[in-house]
Amino acid sequence: MKIKAIVVRIIRQFIRDKRSLALMIVAPLLILTLTWLVLDQESYQPKLAVEGAPAPLKAAVQDSMLEIVEVEDPGQALADSEIDALLEADGQYIHVTIDNSKPNQAEAVKMGLQEALASRSDRQVPDISVEFLYEDNAETTFDYTGPVLIGFFAFFFVFLVGGISFLRERSQGTLERLFATPLKGWEIILGYISGFGLFAVIQSFIVALYAVYVLGVPLNGSLWLVILVTMLLSLSALTLGILLSSFARNEFQLMQFIPLVIVPQAFFSGMFNLDNAADWVAYLEYFMPISYGADALKEIMIKGNGLADIQVDLYVVLGFSLLCYLLNLGTLKAYRK
Amino acid sequence: MEIVELRHVSHSFGKQSVLQNISLTIQRGRIFGLLGPSGSGKTTLVKTIVGTLTPEAGEVVVLDTRMPSLQTMESIGYMAQSDALYHELTAKENLAFFAAIYGVPKKQVAGRIDEVLEDVGLQDSKHKIVQGFSGGMKRRLSLAAALIHRPELLILDEPTVGIDPLLRNKIWDRFADLKRRGTTVIVTTHVMDEAERCDKLGLLRGGNIIAHGSPQALKRDTGTDSIEKAFLKYGREEA
Repeated sequence: MKIKAIVVRIIRQFIRDKRSLALMIVAPLLILTLTWLVLDQESYQPKLAVEGAPAPLKAAVQDSMLEIVEVEDPGQALADSEIDALLEADGQYIHVTIDNSKPNQAEAVKMGLQEALASRSDRQVPDISVEFLYEDNAETTFDYTGPVLIGFFAFFFVFLVGGISFLRERSQGTLERLFATPLKGWEIILGYISGFGLFAVIQSFIVALYAVYVLGVPLNGSLWLVILVTMLLSLSALTLGILLSSFARNEFQLMQFIPLVIVPQAFFSGMFNLDNAADWVAYLEYFMPISYGADALKEIMIKGNGLADIQVDLYVVLGFSLLCYLLNLGTLKAYRK
Repeated sequence: MEIVELRHVSHSFGKQSVLQNISLTIQRGRIFGLLGPSGSGKTTLVKTIVGTLTPEAGEVVVLDTRMPSLQTMESIGYMAQSDALYHELTAKENLAFFAAIYGVPKKQVAGRIDEVLEDVGLQDSKHKIVQGFSGGMKRRLSLAAALIHRPELLILDEPTVGIDPLLRNKIWDRFADLKRRGTTVIVTTHVMDEAERCDKLGLLRGGNIIAHGSPQALKRDTGTDSIEKAFLKYGREEA
């Protein structure tokens, strides 16, 4: 089996190339962790000043995820962002002022208060009014960033490693050497995809497991579906990387595709909210393979949906890979002449 | 009986014409040398025979098949000018890969690897990773890879560049062995003493075959005592 020979060769090469191996598997974990540390505000304990609250309310708040701090001038402290919210109680009325300049904190304060009030032993439902300190309501939830990041980093690193190694095949003359053998073009590409695909599968497993079990990205659906989607995304990244490598003369030129091809995908992957963007900007999303993969991951992980709800996304990602595969065959044929 | 036949082959890269209407036949079981300065079109000509390059005009027939033909490629061993080796792999792993690509039966692979490594004097480096090889060792391993499937036609593009004279001599002895076994060898070179060891020579200059024949005939025709002088004389006539 000639394809098997290519696969075995690529696996051997890749195992010896420890740095590329690390780039593909450890780097996504590292960056995922860093991004999560930056974005994840769940562990943050919002600080709250309380004025005039009865003891049971105070106790309930203290038991929640909120932290009560004593400040001299609560209004000033709130303005200085020393505290995140101010709770003023007057009999049955509770008035909360939230510093919403940092979106996640506002979200956390609201969640904390809900928790606190729901847990109160006296069944009295207080009259609450909530006020935001700033007019511009920058309320964004980062809940959906995790699934998107899994897809994005799987895509990015497979693109990078796959593209560069195929480029090296060109620059060191081994691809041309293969053209002098009875190997057919599709055998070369398929061998490449299978060889790298194996590492992409391993990467998908590790990244998905790490994100869910170590970083605690919510997972309401099936882990297997998450891995399936990540694998398909990696496949599209691999075929795209191989394709673009034929338009690059060296590694540096391949790097130049990152701001052109990869970064725009980050903008349209769902990490940023496009609801208020102009229509034509939002349409660009349809041309980005990552946005389909990210959408599927959100469906599974956040909404807990199954295969039926993501199959269109999967078809698009698969179709994109197929298109790149065919284009690869075409460029290989042209190159062979 | 001819094994390779070129009919009116022309090729150009962009505006630069590299091969100009070349017609040439190469007989089976000979060592055929393509001699010419760098930039004369040796590599391009060789690539049309190997089948990695389809000329713009004319046709190349190898083993009665018009090139490029994947099937005929199975009978050709090719050593390119650049050492097309996988640097992360060992010598043995590189050879095993090419053996599989050319469909060498599994049971024979181990024996073949030892055989070709011995041919090029690399037995001791069988399990070493190519990354650490010297330039000459890489050349030799490339040659071994071209021999692994026992091709009928061996095409070598500057095989002895960077190889010391002693080993170069050994490799040429090996070509003579292969010839005795019926293998046809096409070799490009710009080293004159290598040219003397070929059965037939084609002198290439500016994309034209300016002369061809046995080394003795070429020297006799020009009344010179070395291939170098003969080459210069043909070059002058041409100009």
